[in-house]
Amino acid sequence: MRYSSILSSAVIAVALAASAIPAPAQEQVVKIATEGSYAPWNFTEGGTLKGFDIDLAIDLCARAKLKCEILPQAWDGIIPALNAGKYDAIIAAMGITAKRQEAIAFSIPYARARNGFFAAKNSDLAKLPETGQSFDLGTNADGAKAVIEKMRPLLKGKVIGVQGSTTNSAFLEQYFKDGVEVRQYKSTEEQELDLLSGRVDAIVQSNISLATTKKNKQFDNYDILGPTFLGGPFGTGVGIGLRKDDTKLKATLDKSVKEAIDDGTVKRLAQKWFAVDVTPLAQD
Amino acid sequence: MNLHFIWETFLALLTGVPVTLKLATVSVVAGMILALFLAVLRLSRFRLARWAVAAYVFAFRGSPMLVQIFLIYYGLGQFRSTLQALHLWYWFRDPYFCVLLALSLNTAAYGCEIIRGGLQSVSAQQVEAGRACGMSGLLLFRRITLPIAVRNVVPIYGNEIILMVKATSLASTVTIMEITGIAAKLIAETYRAFEVFAAAGAIYLLINFVLMRLIAFVERALSPHLRRSTRPVETIGALAATH
Repeated sequence: MRYSSILSSAVIAVALAASAIPAPAQEQVVKIATEGSYAPWNFTEGGTLKGFDIDLAIDLCARAKLKCEILPQAWDGIIPALNAGKYDAIIAAMGITAKRQEAIAFSIPYARARNGFFAAKNSDLAKLPETGQSFDLGTNADGAKAVIEKMRPLLKGKVIGVQGSTTNSAFLEQYFKDGVEVRQYKSTEEQELDLLSGRVDAIVQSNISLATTKKNKQFDNYDILGPTFLGGPFGTGVGIGLRKDDTKLKATLDKSVKEAIDDGTVKRLAQKWFAVDVTPLAQD
Repeated sequence: MNLHFIWETFLALLTGVPVTLKLATVSVVAGMILALFLAVLRLSRFRLARWAVAAYVFAFRGSPMLVQIFLIYYGLGQFRSTLQALHLWYWFRDPYFCVLLALSLNTAAYGCEIIRGGLQSVSAQQVEAGRACGMSGLLLFRRITLPIAVRNVVPIYGNEIILMVKATSLASTVTIMEITGIAAKLIAETYRAFEVFAAAGAIYLLINFVLMRLIAFVERALSPHLRRSTRPVETIGALAATH
């Protein structure tokens, strides 16, 4: 009883202290939070923050002529602390979801992973059409549907591995339910083992995680075959988290993100950190 | 807690029942045949055979079944080219075959010990009586030793069968969607672990309840000599028939 009352008064004291900090109304320093433990997006190495998110944040601030300060923040509570005014933006590989949008606003997406069928280059799946092309299941539904119809006969009877209860399994369920045998795995390592042993003909994964997989020499002869997909069950991408009432900062950062995408900065940084392209498509 | 949700979950999990029953039935039958064969070898005069069976039983009783499944499924997957050369890959490619093999080999090890105990429990007098009637070798085994041993092991073997039904839940670890596999999928979609696992547990309970009644029925059918008859005249007749 005594301990809990001490604890609760401490919590109240912290809460009061937090609200007592004046809002950075006229101050020019924009505080940006990142997680700092989610390589290669954002991570800490030798005491300094590094990664795709960090490089992009520095670039965006320079574009918008903002004075920025990037600080690490634990993932738990990263959204409440934003709303409490502890910092002004979150750049931490945060996916734009409806649930998060109830609490905070997001910039336009700055990165979107592509998802495709990863298989042996000398397999039947090498015949899949449109290798290297990306289709948005949301904004380009007709184009995506057309290419899926072309893929269907080539995938007939194939066994496809996927990690259970992910956006990838939702994608297979929605678009390739008929004619394909889907096996659900608990982890990506298990499905990769079964791809190597040949129990599954292909696995469906994002190009970012597959780039990590490909670092293993055993996968030298494997690649993403056929087109890649985004949008739809895969969501709208990764954005900068902002307070809902901070429309000024959102307008500034939206403009900077668009510029960084258009001039190829995002693509260059993605190549540097992921070795694959995660730039949002032009029609986004 | 939402009763409607539990009911919906229950119906979804029922689609996994045929897979669970298939895994349990095939592995119990295959394991039982292998167990009988192993038990006979275990009691044979050949020292090498006795040692080999003892080593087999030690290995399969002493290690977790999950490890055995992983060894057969992921472990042997590493030797794909060798298995292909032996024309065995067709079988080991299939997760069902791998799980059935692991379950059968495992239950055979336990079953071997149960049947060995049963065979050894047949009293020397009964064997003696058989010999006195002129039976020997296979005929004695088929007519006297085995039937009495079977009657003795039914309750213990029933236990093993129930354990096997529950062990099929491990098949979900290698992509097979039986009751537990479907339950895990539903939990990842709904985050309602209590309701889903409660429904899954209820289904296993139902299956095992039916199984326990069946085992009790077999046990009763095999031991008429232990029942008290309502008609004293027939009791004498039954006793005369079994002794």
